Amino acid sequence: MSNNQEQQNTLSTIRHDHLIIKSMISPNARVLDIGCGDGALLELLREEKNVDGRGIEISQKNVNHAVAKGLSVIQGDADSDLVNYPDKSFDYAVLSLTIQATKNPKLVLEQLLRIADYAIVSFPNFGHWKIRWQILAFGRMPVTDKLPEQWYDTPNIHFCTVKDFATLCKTINAKVEEAITINGYGKELSDNIPLFVHNLLGREAVFLLSKN
Amino acid sequence: MTSHPKNKDQHIDQSEINASGNESDTKTQEDTTSSSVNARPIITQSETKTFENTELKLESGATLSPFTIAYESYGTLNADKSNAILVCHALTGDQYAASKHPVTGKEGWWEILVGPGKPIDTDKYFVICTNVIGGCMGSTGPASINPETGKTYGLEFPVITIGDMVKAQVHLIDSLGIDQLFCVIGGSMGGMQVLQWASKYSARVFSAIPIATAARHSSQNIAFHEVGRQAVMADPEWKGGRYLEEKTNPRKGLAVARMAAHITYLSDEALHSKFGRNLQEREKITFGFDADFQVESYLRHQGFRFVDRFDANSYLYITRAMDYFDLFAEHNGILAGAFQNTKTRFCVVSFTSDWLFPTRDSRQIVHALTANAANVSFVDIASEKGHDAFLLDEPEMISAIRGFISAGAKQKGLSASGIQKDPS
Repeated sequence: MSNNQEQQNTLSTIRHDHLIIKSMISPNARVLDIGCGDGALLELLREEKNVDGRGIEISQKNVNHAVAKGLSVIQGDADSDLVNYPDKSFDYAVLSLTIQATKNPKLVLEQLLRIADYAIVSFPNFGHWKIRWQILAFGRMPVTDKLPEQWYDTPNIHFCTVKDFATLCKTINAKVEEAITINGYGKELSDNIPLFVHNLLGREAVFLLSKN
Repeated sequence: MTSHPKNKDQHIDQSEINASGNESDTKTQEDTTSSSVNARPIITQSETKTFENTELKLESGATLSPFTIAYESYGTLNADKSNAILVCHALTGDQYAASKHPVTGKEGWWEILVGPGKPIDTDKYFVICTNVIGGCMGSTGPASINPETGKTYGLEFPVITIGDMVKAQVHLIDSLGIDQLFCVIGGSMGGMQVLQWASKYSARVFSAIPIATAARHSSQNIAFHEVGRQAVMADPEWKGGRYLEEKTNPRKGLAVARMAAHITYLSDEALHSKFGRNLQEREKITFGFDADFQVESYLRHQGFRFVDRFDANSYLYITRAMDYFDLFAEHNGILAGAFQNTKTRFCVVSFTSDWLFPTRDSRQIVHALTANAANVSFVDIASEKGHDAFLLDEPEMISAIRGFISAGAKQKGLSASGIQKDPS
């Protein structure tokens, strides 16, 4: 029963941002995945990069699922529990599609850069043209297939655009080592186009940061 | 996981399995083919190892010598002795984790987890379960003979601690030639032993699974233990602890202690859903003090069943050991100090309805471990069964432990190095 389930999970499509995050992480690294869900990214990194991975996840159900897969995951909250980790205890701290659900994204980001040498953050870009269009044309908070919740029941309380995030990085004095945006089809946008185009066409963005 | 063929005719030759050492051994071997749970026999050995010339220096300053450890082992130790799992029992548990209890005839207390094809797979691992020092199932305890007087120790037995129990286990593990245990696992007081192992002997513990436990015994738990001890000592048959010589038995006191303790192992929801206010084999209340309610009858039954298999003085000593357990105090109040630079993999397990060792106790352990950037998993299992859940068929607990142990085996390279292959 659970074997079938596991197989299905492994065969199910890998998230686009996970593939990009994977490409940013060097083999055998120590990785902390904050908001790791059921551990899909950690599993991918364990299989393909042989990382020493740990996860924090807010949903106990997801945690139990991840631990049953042999992953090292604890129940916890990015906003309150990162303070427990010592400085520089990981090579990478990953926050994939989670920052928009944190209460204090700035503090969380600072914690990531304290705990790890590199922080990798992926987030849905609120500057994407479809979202802009929904607000402009209908005057309503956008609901898309990737962001399906209504404004009143969404866990996502701190949306930002690619430009906003780049500004936050400056504010906390983080160095952007690499920034990649992907369009609605999961295709990476070219490096050569200007930032405002990334901000318009990028559905999700992945930033690799270090401390300046 | 591979599925296991049900092969009841399989014969396991146990003559090859032999422990060596200077210690005097008495040994019985048996095929445990426990009927329903394990279709396949486990290679089981019941052993009693006496350390004649070893001094067990206790935290109190006293010394036990000689001392005896009775233990059960299941499965086979591999060539490089890397596949050993130590199972630690709880307050009123014993070494019969996966073998028939010699007194009650009941199947092992953790067969839900230990056996062929189970998460603690006796086809793959060499599983050891010892009766703790202070216990009453063959290890040295207050009912043993004091070599200085030739009589049973009774209250002359020194007060022992969780640290002392573990120290005795270390002697046993040494005598078996095992450098590092692949895993140490246990619930409740067993979990305290796991934490003690991981804290004091961390290099010798590859992975640790403390379940439904705490790094220090709470005030409320000490209070419950005190009620139990006072119940025992208030029984006139206790005779100041010398009941064995006086040929009496403080059954009533010990049964009351067990009844009170048993309530703490359950939960309000569990009691409500199991018994409610149902009456025991009667139509209406009797206006007397018979066991009108099912829950009363159940507790009385639990109490009196317990005294047949447990020594009253052992109950005093082991509850005391739990009360004294405090890993915080040993590290100047900072639990993180107990796990500095630990390389051990941890899987901490708690249950939502456990009010004896509540989830927050496990969370403290997890926080101390993350403060050391330790490799830790933590599952809080939704259950209404209270503290006892760790002994019961909780599918999420079982799958978490299975996942954790098999990932550990992979990391340690156990699947490749001499784990006994399926003998069929």
